Amino acid sequence: MNFSYTILIPLIPFVVFLLLGLFYNRIKEPISGWIGVAGLTASAVLSYFTAYQYFYNTPKVDGVFQTIMPFKINWMNFTDTLHIDMGILLDPISVMMLVVVTTVSLMANIYSTGYMKGDRGFTRFFAFLSLFTFSMLGLVVATNLFQIYIFWELVGVSSFLLIGFYYEKPSAVAAAKKAFIVTRFADFGFLVGILLMGYYTGTFDFAILNDVNGPAINGTVVQSFMGMSVITWALILMFMGGAGKSAMFPLHIWLPDAMEGPTPVSALIHAATMVVAGVYLVARMFPAFHFVDGGTAQHVVAWVGAISSLFAAIIALTQYDIKRVLAFSTMSQIGYMMLALGVSGYDGHEGVGYMASMWHLFTHAMFKAGLFLTAGSVIHAVHSNLMQDMGSLRKYMPYSNIVFLITALSIAGFPGFSGFFSKDEILIAAFEHNKAIFYITLLVAGMTAFYMFRLYFSIFWGKDTHYHHTPHESPWSMLAPMLFLAVMSIVPGWTQILPFTEWLAPDKAGIHWHLDPVMATIASSVGILGILIAYIFYKKPTEYPAKISAAFGSLYQWAFRKFYIDEVYTFITQKIIFQRISAPFAWFDKKVVDGTMEGIGNKTASFSNLIKGIQSGKVQDYAFAFIGGVIVLVIIVIYML
Amino acid sequence: MIANVSIYEILTLTTLLFFIGLYGFLTRKNLITMLMSIELLLNASVINFVVINKYMFPEMLQGVYFSIFIIAVAAAETALAISIIINLYRLKVSVDVNETETMKY
Repeated sequence: MNFSYTILIPLIPFVVFLLLGLFYNRIKEPISGWIGVAGLTASAVLSYFTAYQYFYNTPKVDGVFQTIMPFKINWMNFTDTLHIDMGILLDPISVMMLVVVTTVSLMANIYSTGYMKGDRGFTRFFAFLSLFTFSMLGLVVATNLFQIYIFWELVGVSSFLLIGFYYEKPSAVAAAKKAFIVTRFADFGFLVGILLMGYYTGTFDFAILNDVNGPAINGTVVQSFMGMSVITWALILMFMGGAGKSAMFPLHIWLPDAMEGPTPVSALIHAATMVVAGVYLVARMFPAFHFVDGGTAQHVVAWVGAISSLFAAIIALTQYDIKRVLAFSTMSQIGYMMLALGVSGYDGHEGVGYMASMWHLFTHAMFKAGLFLTAGSVIHAVHSNLMQDMGSLRKYMPYSNIVFLITALSIAGFPGFSGFFSKDEILIAAFEHNKAIFYITLLVAGMTAFYMFRLYFSIFWGKDTHYHHTPHESPWSMLAPMLFLAVMSIVPGWTQILPFTEWLAPDKAGIHWHLDPVMATIASSVGILGILIAYIFYKKPTEYPAKISAAFGSLYQWAFRKFYIDEVYTFITQKIIFQRISAPFAWFDKKVVDGTMEGIGNKTASFSNLIKGIQSGKVQDYAFAFIGGVIVLVIIVIYML
Repeated sequence: MIANVSIYEILTLTTLLFFIGLYGFLTRKNLITMLMSIELLLNASVINFVVINKYMFPEMLQGVYFSIFIIAVAAAETALAISIIINLYRLKVSVDVNETETMKY
């Protein structure tokens, strides 16, 4: 099977970006949107075609999906084995990611033609969206660590540009800076990890790093540091980069603030695609994480994921800004994916956690993008982000109501929806490998259902809010992507239609999957319980929420203030790093280093001030000096020599 | 060669001429006078060339030719100097050397 056309999938958005970016003054409002949508459509169609060809028309060898590299150039050589390549790697997860990224991106693009209508930066916005899509696609098809790192940073930059899109708003600028600096800080760890890996194993190539007999896994690297092998350290540092991008505790602080960007951006970047880059990285390096040192690094992944998912769910219970609730739920769901990877095994049925993680990545991308786009539609109608300003919107926005209900049921794990199936697999994986994580996961499942329906009932039911402007349903350019994503929140769960379990196993051989009735009952009853509590609390305005929050007292305050993590960071950076470390350095730089240089300059200047009188401009003085010199020389020559 | 006149007398003359020119160049304030002083310096050296040639190497002519070169170059130089002075005069309405002290620190 010839896959060489796959190079076009990332290149088309790049060309669109160049076109819109270079001529953004010439290309006017609706045209640039159409160009963006057309480019993304082409990319998406090619991705679907690739996926179809890959999963259905490429023969498996020994029942295993083949890894295909249709395109590869050698870019930079360091040693015989250590070189940086640029290429395209197709295997089940990268093909699946191509579909996710292009689909969500296309939906966000279509949606933006309606959402951004009349905005001054319309063309700029579409240019950035295409840049982002290009970088993300380059990231998922990367063949080696360095390529993934390059596109990783590009993703960071485009995310910075899009969060700070309303650059006249100080809060947006601050949020953009925060996101960039926090992820950059994490990427520092990633870079160190890559370099360690390259130094000790002599390669950046995923194929060799993930080879069970390869230098990374087979134990030829014996160096260790603080009781762990350097490869484990490298993996943990790489995971630090992944945690930064995927907003894992404690590097999550940028994600809620990133909601300053336009809502389609939140849907695209901070829900569906960019934040799963960390999960994708761990999945990409999964054999290394699993086999090196008996999976020490994998345990780190599992616990960071579990803590993040619980932590974010608790905060999400208390927030009022609907986009922030969704942001924390994103963090919580990404934590799910991480912990599923963390508890997964490798062969056969043991790999269920990995499979569940990738499956949940797919379903989550669809329903979370749907949720965000619906939230954008609501914000567009009400002109506020806050739950208190909403209520009874079902009367005005029937389609948004339906889409939100479907996507919320999906994330809550209601039977029959896609989130139910993938979450069920995660619970099974956690149950089989780590009981403590299983209970956390179950608790989070209930909380997720509760806060999603708290959101749903507060927006679409609840009190009869009086609106200044009667809210209106969004235009079809916005509704169509929402409805599509609502459908996609159901379909990917049904393995009869899309057999993810066959596709996404870590050993690429496929898992024969059956719905476990006991686990399914437990999971869905927890979810339904959450929904029911939310129904009682928020269907009509009641006293319960206030009573419960009062009962929890300071705990509620802590959660509402996001456990003061932001304040801790501010304290560490401002009080400790800036005042105690940076300030003395700045003093030294200003006084000692600058002072020395300035002293040399000043002394030279004052000395030249003293002797500048020699240059008097009087011709006769010069002549006199000249003649005097001649006479002195003559005297020396005649009498002294 | 001049009868009854030795080389010492002529060299004394040219030395006097040279130092008169030098003195004039260092003390006069008028640019034209300074130019004239330079002519004196040049003339002193031209005479030296001719006289030394005649008295010491009578069978050669290099010194005489050299003096003709110097006279030609001096004429060109003077023309240049005069044109500079005229331009300076147009600018400053003066030929005083003290007025030309603009090129300094």
